[in-house]
Amino acid sequence: MIVYLYDRTFDGILTAVFDAYSRKTFPDVLLGEGEQLPLFCEETHTVITDEAKARRVWKALRKKLSAAALSCLTISYLSELPELDMPLFRYIRKTVDSPRSIETNFADEDVLMVTNTYRKVMHERHRMLQFVRFQKATDGTYFALHEPLYNVIALGISHFKDRFADQPFLIYDKRRDYGYYYDKETLTRVSFAEKLPHFLTGKLNEELMAKDEKLFQELWRTYFKAICIKERMNPRKQKKDMPTRYWKYLTEKQK
Amino acid sequence: MTEQTLEKLRILTESAKYDVSCSSSGTVRSNKQGGVGNTLGGIGICHSFSDDGRCISLLKIMLTNYCIYDCAYCINRRSNDIPRATLSVTELVELTMEFYRRNYIEGLFLSSGVVRNPDYTMERLVRIVKDLRTIHRFNGYIHLKSIPGASRELINEAGRYADRMSVNIEIPNEDSLKRLAPEKDFQSVFQPMKFIQQGVLESSEERKKFRYAPRFVPAGQSTQMIVGATADSDKDILHLSSTLYARPTMRRVYYSGYIAVNTYDKRLPVLKQPPLVRENRLYQADWLLRFYQFKVDEIVNDAHPDLDLEIDPKLSWALRHPECFPVDINKADYEMILRIPGVGVKSARLIVSSRRFGRLTSYHLKKMGVVMKKAKYFITCGELEARGVNELRPERVRELLLPAPKKKTDDRQLSFQFPDEP
Repeated sequence: MIVYLYDRTFDGILTAVFDAYSRKTFPDVLLGEGEQLPLFCEETHTVITDEAKARRVWKALRKKLSAAALSCLTISYLSELPELDMPLFRYIRKTVDSPRSIETNFADEDVLMVTNTYRKVMHERHRMLQFVRFQKATDGTYFALHEPLYNVIALGISHFKDRFADQPFLIYDKRRDYGYYYDKETLTRVSFAEKLPHFLTGKLNEELMAKDEKLFQELWRTYFKAICIKERMNPRKQKKDMPTRYWKYLTEKQK
Repeated sequence: MTEQTLEKLRILTESAKYDVSCSSSGTVRSNKQGGVGNTLGGIGICHSFSDDGRCISLLKIMLTNYCIYDCAYCINRRSNDIPRATLSVTELVELTMEFYRRNYIEGLFLSSGVVRNPDYTMERLVRIVKDLRTIHRFNGYIHLKSIPGASRELINEAGRYADRMSVNIEIPNEDSLKRLAPEKDFQSVFQPMKFIQQGVLESSEERKKFRYAPRFVPAGQSTQMIVGATADSDKDILHLSSTLYARPTMRRVYYSGYIAVNTYDKRLPVLKQPPLVRENRLYQADWLLRFYQFKVDEIVNDAHPDLDLEIDPKLSWALRHPECFPVDINKADYEMILRIPGVGVKSARLIVSSRRFGRLTSYHLKKMGVVMKKAKYFITCGELEARGVNELRPERVRELLLPAPKKKTDDRQLSFQFPDEP
């Protein structure tokens, strides 16, 4: 079994493809650096991520794949799933070897896997647009904590920037410990070393809340209760469309 | 904004909740300089899901629940003794803006009970959407109910600010409508629909000539029918829907299972539970009309005036037409592949684009997300065949596909009769 070790970046995978072609040995497994090697491992190669090599592979891909398929590759990588590494690697390899694009051949397991992962990531992005809830702080900043399954904050942030162009806001990914702050002009990627309590609970303290914030939260909860038709209760469907893992930070589900 | 608003919000939401429509789709519009909000188009965004599983996309609320009409099926009819309230324009506008800024909602769904006369009510609704758009520069989604019987001028003005407008038919048959809602007739419903349609067509004509001509109700119109309040069959309902869909601006017809809100009214049937299964089947049939290229006569006709409640309408059609099957996955047209039970729009597209590269087998279909449990009776893909619908006969396939009846108790469990303790 041939194992390639890489630094778990997208450029790393592209460099791995470059190395594989120049060494003429193709890996059976891709692993992150420092991970446990499989039991029967004949050969390991450590990929040193090199932007120039990665760019050359990308250039080759651009010749064959459509723009949609290219973004499918990069976006699926945001899932951060370790089991995606090999399908992604083989997808790129097949594209390089094939005379025409294989991007619509969904009978191919790797293409299907990458496309389905892309769908899942985009779905998670959509859920970010759905379930982010802002709380207004005393200084007028709207604060939201979010915990998406995949690394989608960067994908969804442009939507918020367009929509709330005239309000400063902060959306913070608790799991990956970074977020974006918008000051009515530019978006800045931020990450806080010191954790204030609302970065852990997602709830602003009362002294940090703007004057009417509590009332509007109460109004929203009232609305949420009133809109339900008792004769049609269907908690199963509610949980299917709004999985419980999001409830932690939803205003309407707080007490 | 006070505690009183809280109570008003509760009352007016409970009055508005029986309106089904809550979609925020159909318009793509990015934010403007100095404005708040955009609309996404595509499938829209549902921000929450209430305990009954329905999505909350828009702030669905009535301006007032006072009403001069006395429609038998409506909770807000004037003879009902319920708490009544009216929101002021500033309250409603502030609620919408503040909810929107916190990402609770996609926009506003505004309707109203009829006070004084239709035009007076419509004028007040128009004033609110105008305020939102021009003073507060709200650029999010607005769905406005058009009041039956409102005049053309008001609808023309409303259409410039709203994304979608709707007039509810409620009862799919004019005689029943007159019986249940003496103040309404089909004319009062279809007239505003026609006004909206004309407005949209005129504006699209103008936009061909002038690029910045104002848009008119860009997301089209929708309507709603109550299911189960009258004796109308699914055939009547779906035929009406299909004629409506043939019109250029009708985007959605919603079906609302009748909920017995006014149990004392003898004109209405007594239902223990809202007809949720029937409602679901109607939606499935509606999808067949809109996305699966079915004609309404294929789904319901004189021989089958009602939808089968046990199996979905697509499977039901397939079982009535075994001569169309089996379908060869590797050769058949897209239209025919769409008709296989267990194959949806997504997997049909995957099949059509993948088979250019090589033969597809049932293994591939399964991976692509085809429900093989259903589809296996209706397809052939060059493998050793399982027995299909023609060999097994449709009746047998139907039996096989019916969901297994739920066992209430485990019959392997022994039970003992204990004498009652003294």
